[in-house]
Amino acid sequence: MPHILTRSLDRRATIFLAIVATVGVLLPLSNLLLPDTSMLHVPTYLMTLFGKYVCYAVLALSIDLIWGYCGILSLGHGAFFALGGYAMGMYLMRQIGTRGVYADPVLPDFMVFLNWKSLPWYWQGFDMFWFAALMVVLVPGLLAFCFGWLAFRSRVTGVYLSIITQAMTYALLLGFFRNDFGFGGNNGLTDFKDILGFNVQAEGTRAALFALSCLALAISFLICRAVVGSKLGKVLIAIRDAESRTRFLGYRVESYKLFVFTLSACIAGIAGALYVPQVGIINPGEFAPGNSIEAVIWVAVGGRGTLIGAALGAVAVNYAKTVFTSGVLAPYWLFMLGALFVLVTLLLPKGIVGTWNAWRDARQATSLSEDARSAAFEDGAVKPHMAE
Amino acid sequence: MFFNSDVSRRIVGRIKRAGAILALSVTICSGWSGVPAHAASFEDDVALFAARSFADSETAVSHLQVSGNPLAYPIISALKDGRLYADEDSKKVFIKGTDSKIVDAANGQSVATLPDSASPVRLNNRLRRTIDAALGSLTLLSPDVAVRIQAAQSVFKNHEESSLAPLDAALRNETNDTARKALAAARAAVVLFKTDASEADKLDAVATIKARGDQDALALLSGLPGDASPAVTRAATAAMTSIKGNLALWSTVQNAWYGLSLGSVLLLAAIGLAITFGVMGVINMAHGEMVMVGAYTTFVVQETIRTSYPAAFDYSLLIAVPLAFVVAGAIGVSIERTIIRFLYGRPLETLLATWGLSLILQQAVRTIFGPNNREVGNPSWMSGAFDLGQITITYNRLWILCFALTVFVILLAMLRFTRLGLEMRAVTQNRRMAASMGIATSRVDALTFGLGSGIAGVAGVALSQIDNVSPNLGQSYIIDSFMVVVFGGVGNLWGTLIGAFTLGIANKFLEPVAGAVLGKIAILVLIILFIQKRPRGLFALKGRAVDA
Repeated sequence: MPHILTRSLDRRATIFLAIVATVGVLLPLSNLLLPDTSMLHVPTYLMTLFGKYVCYAVLALSIDLIWGYCGILSLGHGAFFALGGYAMGMYLMRQIGTRGVYADPVLPDFMVFLNWKSLPWYWQGFDMFWFAALMVVLVPGLLAFCFGWLAFRSRVTGVYLSIITQAMTYALLLGFFRNDFGFGGNNGLTDFKDILGFNVQAEGTRAALFALSCLALAISFLICRAVVGSKLGKVLIAIRDAESRTRFLGYRVESYKLFVFTLSACIAGIAGALYVPQVGIINPGEFAPGNSIEAVIWVAVGGRGTLIGAALGAVAVNYAKTVFTSGVLAPYWLFMLGALFVLVTLLLPKGIVGTWNAWRDARQATSLSEDARSAAFEDGAVKPHMAE
Repeated sequence: MFFNSDVSRRIVGRIKRAGAILALSVTICSGWSGVPAHAASFEDDVALFAARSFADSETAVSHLQVSGNPLAYPIISALKDGRLYADEDSKKVFIKGTDSKIVDAANGQSVATLPDSASPVRLNNRLRRTIDAALGSLTLLSPDVAVRIQAAQSVFKNHEESSLAPLDAALRNETNDTARKALAAARAAVVLFKTDASEADKLDAVATIKARGDQDALALLSGLPGDASPAVTRAATAAMTSIKGNLALWSTVQNAWYGLSLGSVLLLAAIGLAITFGVMGVINMAHGEMVMVGAYTTFVVQETIRTSYPAAFDYSLLIAVPLAFVVAGAIGVSIERTIIRFLYGRPLETLLATWGLSLILQQAVRTIFGPNNREVGNPSWMSGAFDLGQITITYNRLWILCFALTVFVILLAMLRFTRLGLEMRAVTQNRRMAASMGIATSRVDALTFGLGSGIAGVAGVALSQIDNVSPNLGQSYIIDSFMVVVFGGVGNLWGTLIGAFTLGIANKFLEPVAGAVLGKIAILVLIILFIQKRPRGLFALKGRAVDA
């Protein structure tokens, strides 16, 4: 198994993993061990903020896997992220126990408030962590499987697929806003106390969650890397570039798409599950179609079909968002975000990493032979060409 | 209120004690026995107010009520307000007007001053009830048709037996058809609840009420006392069943109307999108913002008119429609020239870029006009409503439906009969072939995008009449418009028409069953499933050009 994961590791991937590992270890250590006065001390709020970015990076990886390598532009990936988050949120709600405002040992506060007498069936089992953790992967995976099975089988492609994924997350948004859905309605799930017996507010827990997020990023990266580097990955790229031709060559295109779509949804669900205990709340706003499209632009900025670029793009765009929305420039953030969408698609279609790869490959190509080109192709640096 | 013989005896006694003329008591007796005509003159009735007895005043009121004299209403309303003065010595009665003018109640002539011995006629609660009932039935004779109908309506609901005589009087003089119907229904209601009415009369009454057939009629029939005769009860039950069936039918019609109305809104919002998507294969995520631009154009036009030429307010929309088309169309053309034309062949990138544009446009509007809702008024010809059978139709919804269909027809004609339309259809079917035939496809693209955006702007003018004009206006329509286009298919405007109305009507029929939000979710799920069956919508383009 390990050799499958590491087989396709090149120098850039190694550097990326090394950085993730270093950050994942050093940041929590500096937060926990160094005194507040130290120059290198990382305050907890900053670590939580970066933890959020890392979760977004995992989400971006999952989008890059399907968009960058299989040409499926999902505008509803935020739905899988939010579903994973809700599964984790339900576990955290059950952990509150009698410490809620109404001190009901079983029912979360909002159910007592709505006069519910017993726990709905779909809340059963969420008091056990292993069950919740399973659901984090299973629920988004199952939804993606059903949705993808219907969509890919009847060859819904291109913008049509994008629009119905958007409709999917919109329908979920409307549903989760309802109180009688049993997920806290408008307010969502919040006011968490414990995770696995540790206080979610405590610095140690925060540090552990941050480290776990980095671990999730690294593992997701390795999984995506393994998928796109395998023979299956080659077929995915073939589907992206010429879907009909791949089908005529005898590949069951819908099965490949379905596999990668479901895998991607599972990864997004994990990202959501790590996100919720760090930000302390999950509400239906996460299902908003705008969120999903914003996640797509992270990938576009970083460079689709590069994996590393997706993760970098997520961190960079969100860091910019934090900087700009907190200062005097706040009213202009939407202008900037909008311009980012326009300029990246117009001027930087390969994203930052893709452009960098292309530039370096072009320089190498002048001095090196054909081998370099095929290597570059594997990195996805060759201009992706849409089938439509 | 009604008199029974016990009360009448008491009143007679009092009248005698008060030394009233014997003839009067005869008159009163004839009044109690249900005969409307009575011997005493109007003056004598008025003079009863001077007798200083509550019973006499009550008699006077009930006589005035059926007298048909134009002074009856002012006298009784003056009595109610304590503006009726009586002079016990001269037996004269005066009305003090709200403007303090004094009028002789018996003949309506002006009087300079009140005699010193005159004092207001006193009231008790029993008398007040009599007065209210009398005033209610007196309005049945009002010269204003609307007031008469209103009065008949209230009699229909309270079915007071005392209203029977004025109802009959009103029915004799009624010339207006609607008012006659209302009066007849009110009379039927009274007869139905009258204890001593004959069974044949009651059966007739049930038939009249059944013909009325609305919710009030149903309520009236279900309130029928249990001691009614079996024939009447049977007739009433049958009538209730028939009314219920009738109401169910009307509620279907009502849902259909709401559905058509929603469908027209969806059609307006989606039709521009369908054109750009059909011709250029471009998903314009900023389409909703073009609608918003149109709505804000309306706002600006109305503000200008309000400050400069308030008299022209009714024409504001007529000015706003072409202006919104030009503004949104110009924005559309410039977007196409600066951004979209560099992204042809990359539909997914176009989607992202136009999403970015929508963010920019929203924020720009928020910066210029502020984040709150803006007030856009309805011109007079778009406000109000009228009744059709059992449903109410508002004029603004009706106008928007007409407007949407007009826009649709104009677009259809444009595509069919103009040169640009021909070129657009050619490019839709096969871009490269069209280019080979000498069509300047890039010019067609720019004009198409401008046209689609302009239509969106025009839609914004219409939507400003029924929705909040805020920077989020476009966002609330974009997903619905996409659903219409995806459902209807591209390349054919009929698909958009049918898609819009199907979704609108389906939505409104699901709403009462499943609730607004669940209905909407159901529609989304149904569309997602529908796409499986027909991946390119209801009216898909056929042929090999599609997958090129």
